[in-house]
Amino acid sequence: MAVEVIKPGLSTTVQDLGRPGYYHIGIPLSGGMDHFALTCANWLVGNKEGAAVLEAVFMGPELQFTEDATVAVTGAELPPKVNGEPRETWTSFKVKKGQTLSFDFLKKGARAYIAISGGIDVPVVLGSRSTYTLGALGGFKGRKLEAGDKLPVGKGRGAREGRTVPEKLRRMPGAPAELRMIPGLYWHRITEAAGKQFLEDVWKVAPEADRIGYRFKGGKPLEFVPRDPPFGAGSDPSNIVDACYPYGSIQIPGGTEPIVLHRDAVSGGGYFMVGTVISADMDLIGQLQPHTPAQFVEVTMAQALKARKDRAKLLEKVKAGL
Amino acid sequence: MKTRYSYGGDEHIFVECDEEMSLEAFFKSLSITTAVKKAKIKGVTEICPANASFQIKFNPDVIKPSDMLKELKAIEKSAAKGKSVLKTRIIEVPVLYNDPWTHETLMRFRERHQDPSSTDIEYTARINNLDGVDGFVKAHSGAPWFVSMVGFVAGLPFLYQMVDRPRQIQSPKYLRPRTDTPKLTVGHGGCFACIYSVRGAGGYQMFGITPMPIYDPNQKIKYLKDFMCLFKPGDIVKWKPIDRAEYDATVVAVEKGKFMPRIKDVTFSLDEFKKDMDGYNAKLMGALNGR
Repeated sequence: MAVEVIKPGLSTTVQDLGRPGYYHIGIPLSGGMDHFALTCANWLVGNKEGAAVLEAVFMGPELQFTEDATVAVTGAELPPKVNGEPRETWTSFKVKKGQTLSFDFLKKGARAYIAISGGIDVPVVLGSRSTYTLGALGGFKGRKLEAGDKLPVGKGRGAREGRTVPEKLRRMPGAPAELRMIPGLYWHRITEAAGKQFLEDVWKVAPEADRIGYRFKGGKPLEFVPRDPPFGAGSDPSNIVDACYPYGSIQIPGGTEPIVLHRDAVSGGGYFMVGTVISADMDLIGQLQPHTPAQFVEVTMAQALKARKDRAKLLEKVKAGL
Repeated sequence: MKTRYSYGGDEHIFVECDEEMSLEAFFKSLSITTAVKKAKIKGVTEICPANASFQIKFNPDVIKPSDMLKELKAIEKSAAKGKSVLKTRIIEVPVLYNDPWTHETLMRFRERHQDPSSTDIEYTARINNLDGVDGFVKAHSGAPWFVSMVGFVAGLPFLYQMVDRPRQIQSPKYLRPRTDTPKLTVGHGGCFACIYSVRGAGGYQMFGITPMPIYDPNQKIKYLKDFMCLFKPGDIVKWKPIDRAEYDATVVAVEKGKFMPRIKDVTFSLDEFKKDMDGYNAKLMGALNGR
């Protein structure tokens, strides 16, 4: 079974839950930015949670099916259509051989997850089917989809149509989006007043926001604690001796615009970081459109672990309800 | 050298071995991360040594962050007693300094540079009191370099010059990062050299280019068939200045599958190195020539 790409959309890639184990040589996890939505999409069509799906950014692709399949679209509100007829998001539906799946304009969120029963069956590279475009690795030929691509799809029975995730169990960022973070790493490089201001400011997602990282702007520049630059760091007050970057870490080059690293993170570099967005909120970042207001909210480790549990419980509820 | 621990959210512990760069800090990071690997702690998913720091990623559903921290602190204590000796390899990397491709790129981004009126290599030679381009090439390729970190993007090595501090080449990064860097550019920022494994954004000064690929996701290149990235932390690099004719010939040899990098196994001892850097380096580099 295969799916033919008629129109690729803006930036549609094959993603699963990622490729752990190679960050030490600069190969990031990759995988869907919104794991929650990706997992739900797979469950809706009867796949295992880590099957490969399509991640579509801002705009959906147009796909023609060569065999019958069950499909579900989760994450962003990107309304699907089968041969032009509307279908619900977060709900499984059938696409028959020869039919075309297309999408209406984006209503909410940023990334939609398109699961097809059987899963996208591109080769497994270093343990994952996810696309890492910067390294031309994995996915479909290491790149985003193009018109004419024929995507292999695995064998799967396919769940019935009409399976759905109730609205109250879906997860989307609020307005302004609250991104919970644990201060740390090089937080001590900025003054106490600057730390307070960083948390009080309402930032806006900058246009430079992608799978590598999300840039935010609109807050006030941060004041640094004076120092003599350590050997090897560089002279700018925001420079450090090049170090590893945690996923979700918030670096602020020059003290002006924070960048939160995401699934295709650069694994290290020479900019100081003020802390890290907690694992439970990483999904939400993937759903932020440019210009969306956002605020960083300080939490403790205990609160971060509680949020992580709550997220896991929500997923359990989704599964139990199917 | 004071070790500093920090949580990186609920899934990472970030450990700074020292605020400043030194081979001692690197060896501390390498010995602790090697010990963490051996300890096979349940829940650990990534072990990433860096120049003077390291990072552990773990699953907090399997091991509590506070327990992870305790494990690391215990390992730090026992690893500190280890000797700084490393069984590693020395790799010769051919470089065409002052090549046309990085030159075209650096001219395109000249307004982002500290000194728009000269090239990156001329500028760096001047601020390091080296005698022009030739003096720079001599200093850059005269001593070996240590791979103290692999990362940023896939397979990119950060390299630390194996000479005493006053002789180490230092340069600032571009005022504003470039949006383009040719693949296989030999770059420099702070005290670190690097080889850009893929084409893309970058802020390091650009000095030359190597014809020797160091990352191949398709694993078609002969010497990258076992693994797609050539470098790992602890490798030692010797730059070999080449001319345009040798560059072109090497590119063709790589394409035909006839090029193999010169690589020799060596043992590195930090104590022995510190006793007589130049003498020790001469022996290391001699290994490449079968001496």
